Amino acid sequence: MTCTIHARGLRYAYPGGHLALAGVDLTVQHGERVAVLGPNGAGKTTLMLHLNGLLLGDGELRIGGVVAGPDTVADLRAGVGLVFQDPDDQLFMPTVREDVAFGPLNLGLGAQEAMRRVDEALGAVGMRAVADRAPHELSMGQRRRVAIATVLAMRPQLLVLDEPSANLDPRARRELLAVLDALDTTLLVVTHDLAFAARLCERAVVLDAGRVMADGPCDELLADAALLAAHDLELPEGFDPLRARRAAA
Amino acid sequence: MSGLGPHDLALASVAGDPGSPIHRRDPRSKLLALVAVTLVAVSTPATAWPVYAGCAAVLAGVAVAARVTPATIWHRARVVLPLVLFAAAFIPFVREGHVVGSVGPFDVTAEGLETFAGVAAKTAIGTVSAVLIGATTSFPDVLRALERLRAPRLFVLIAMLTYRYAFVVAGEVRRMRTAMRARAYRPRHALQAGPVGHAASALFLRAHARGERIYLAMAARGFTGTMPQAVPLRLGAADVLFLAAAAVPP
Repeated sequence: MTCTIHARGLRYAYPGGHLALAGVDLTVQHGERVAVLGPNGAGKTTLMLHLNGLLLGDGELRIGGVVAGPDTVADLRAGVGLVFQDPDDQLFMPTVREDVAFGPLNLGLGAQEAMRRVDEALGAVGMRAVADRAPHELSMGQRRRVAIATVLAMRPQLLVLDEPSANLDPRARRELLAVLDALDTTLLVVTHDLAFAARLCERAVVLDAGRVMADGPCDELLADAALLAAHDLELPEGFDPLRARRAAA
Repeated sequence: MSGLGPHDLALASVAGDPGSPIHRRDPRSKLLALVAVTLVAVSTPATAWPVYAGCAAVLAGVAVAARVTPATIWHRARVVLPLVLFAAAFIPFVREGHVVGSVGPFDVTAEGLETFAGVAAKTAIGTVSAVLIGATTSFPDVLRALERLRAPRLFVLIAMLTYRYAFVVAGEVRRMRTAMRARAYRPRHALQAGPVGHAASALFLRAHARGERIYLAMAARGFTGTMPQAVPLRLGAADVLFLAAAAVPP
């Protein structure tokens, strides 16, 4: 089994001096689905930007055997797909097809192979019908799914999603859950939506003040009321994570 | 939901019959043909009326073949035409020559009227050419054509991002305006316009922050400074024929 993420003592301070990551230790195995939970300002997004080489911090970070550094940025971007919180940031090309092709073409694939990848990725999120539409013509739920397709087309070994269920109505949220559940990739889901995390991920990590504060099975962590309260996390009223897990299984 | 509704940017959308022989032409042939018509019109002497008539005939032919109605052309052209014609309207008064009449204290000269008519014809032909490109070619296709015609890639990239994010920024403006109105903001005189300035600066900051996030999203998918090309264009015999048919007669 390949070790997908291996971080030891990962630290990062923004130019203003704010220490966003204060020594993150995290190991994620190939094929795992891990929810990254934590309050605002915990360092979740900063960690996500490290996984793709957009930020380079101090300490040790290996993704699928590649050591993160200035020379391996291209490999990290090919192997790790980031889906940003606001699909309008991610979808910048005039049409969906061109946007989904953007990543594969940057990987150096030919136009024909890129178009095959586009078709495959849009198929995986059920969005083939909108290939020739402009992103602004799509609903928020459709945009989110297309944003996921833009990175799936690069066939990443690790998919990292930032708040995937934000601003979605219940139906779009349910459809997104089904799309993600059907994926065969290692998943890291950064979210405040604990019910979403419980349905999708078997493991959860609580990040706060730039450190991993708890790491364990998602349902057990979410059942620990004291832990959640200590890190400003809250389950929806009446939600039972253990029962949700059993129902999902 | 961000972005504009279907009617807000209708001026930039394709009109007429999308299946017409004009709509189906390679965007490069349309761009070159209609730019050629404009160049002929603007570079011709002011009183070369047969040339203007030739240009107008080509444009009319294109409009009829593409089923773009005069109402659509007028609806789009009126954004530009009145402004230019307003500036040109002073020419009959300032150009010296044979006086043929007067408006109040200002004399109108025959030479001035002639120049005005020439400028008006050039403006109308240029504007209608642009309107017909816009009505028969989607904006992404115009960008692709520009790129293949070796327009500076940075220029094309900026135009592309501007087009894409015009919808997003317009959506933000609309939501901000709604939020201001929802808190009973109804300016009655200039001194109450301050909040509009604050909203504009907030919009600028948001656009700047969004620009940074877009760059991150591009870099995350391997962007290193050059845009890859995804959708191929095909220039066929019919496209060349159209280009020749449109650009040669004037």
